[in-house]
Amino acid sequence: MSTRGFSGQRPSDAVAQRLPPGQYRTDDFPVLAKGPTPHVDPATWKFTIQDGPRPLASWNWAQFHALPQTTWRGDIHCVTKWSKFDTTWSGVTIDDLFQAAGIAPPTAYLLAESYDGYDTNLAVADLVGAKAMIATRFAGAPIEAGHGGPARLLVPHLYFWKSAKWVRGLRFTPHDEAGFWELRGYHMRGDPWREQRYTDDP
Amino acid sequence: MTADSAVTPARWQLAVIEQIARQTPHVISVFLRTPLQPHVAGQHVDVRLTAPDGYQAQRSYSIASAPGAELIELAVERLDDGEVSPYFHDVAAIGDTIEVRGPIGGHFVWRAKDGGPIALIAGGSGIAPLMAIVRAWSAFDSKTPLLLIYSARTWEELIFREELLATQAREPDLVFIATTTRGPRQRPQDFDRRLDRALLHEALARWGHRPRDVYVCGSNVFAEAVTSGLILEAVPPGIIRTERFGGEH
Repeated sequence: MSTRGFSGQRPSDAVAQRLPPGQYRTDDFPVLAKGPTPHVDPATWKFTIQDGPRPLASWNWAQFHALPQTTWRGDIHCVTKWSKFDTTWSGVTIDDLFQAAGIAPPTAYLLAESYDGYDTNLAVADLVGAKAMIATRFAGAPIEAGHGGPARLLVPHLYFWKSAKWVRGLRFTPHDEAGFWELRGYHMRGDPWREQRYTDDP
Repeated sequence: MTADSAVTPARWQLAVIEQIARQTPHVISVFLRTPLQPHVAGQHVDVRLTAPDGYQAQRSYSIASAPGAELIELAVERLDDGEVSPYFHDVAAIGDTIEVRGPIGGHFVWRAKDGGPIALIAGGSGIAPLMAIVRAWSAFDSKTPLLLIYSARTWEELIFREELLATQAREPDLVFIATTTRGPRQRPQDFDRRLDRALLHEALARWGHRPRDVYVCGSNVFAEAVTSGLILEAVPPGIIRTERFGGEH
């Protein structure tokens, strides 16, 4: 049933093809965060991989930048309905991180944890196979604090709340444990193409 | 921890527009009769509109009405390059139906049992979810100290200003301070400049409480300025919740 009098601004077919259901395109880069922007100094920044409470590997800023650097270009999709096309990010893929740490994932799930206390859950399968990175650059420049710098997770095939800003580590969990938004009504996986926005979405 | 059942939204449902009221030159309130579950102050709904050819547009709107109100109130600001807000402003009429989903959100929320003191800081249309908190507070717990600082371009653009003035006249535990960035103040206790650290300092001092929880809602630029100022005023970052719209500009 249509809404009386609503015609909308249908995007071109080329744009529509790249928009997951319910999304619209923006050229802006909206900022969303649960609280104040933390300002994390790269001089004290540290990234740690843990299995539960047990540290498996960690890197400081210089060590992290000695790891193989990868650039990814593509579209990102926020659960608040905006999508942004052709974004460019550089950083270290999760595959390269695990390889540098010399680890095989001990469980199938983890929580990405941030300096502001935020966390979000991910399946390891959504991170490996060149699907995700710890990004330190956006559009050729260091990521601004408002957008999650100095380092954020980038998992572009999932809604962007999964791409945790101000990330400080990954912690393997025995089960798929809900993170910050997942405890507050949002979907455990968040695939935009299946429109997995909220808890009860299929 | 387990997920809060109150934050699990139902599927799309039909809502009837029961009333439309002009609030300011750019903002109308749209009142909806919906079958949605009761909301918590601060939550939002998703709205979906469908064109005759099946094309659909979705947007999120904060709920401004108090929990338990018969109708859900959305404050819709007209964005000239927008797709959904011009529909509400130029087309929507009483009796029309739209689709809604919700209520949604489990972070930027306040329940009477949460207590306070609470500080609410709004920029422009960011007042909407904070108005729901003011109304919930007034209805259920008006003994908790409440500070509301509300910034808009001009006095005429302060949404809900008459109701806020009436609430303040009735409730001794509400301190309501307005600041207008492009027009003169109307009351001696108000300001007419940007909400900066010095203004926050003065407002917090006048209020005389330290907040237990702070809610900031407005543009991203506004939220950044306010949260930076609050942190300089020794408000712990961990008690500050933000809800933002827009990007760097």
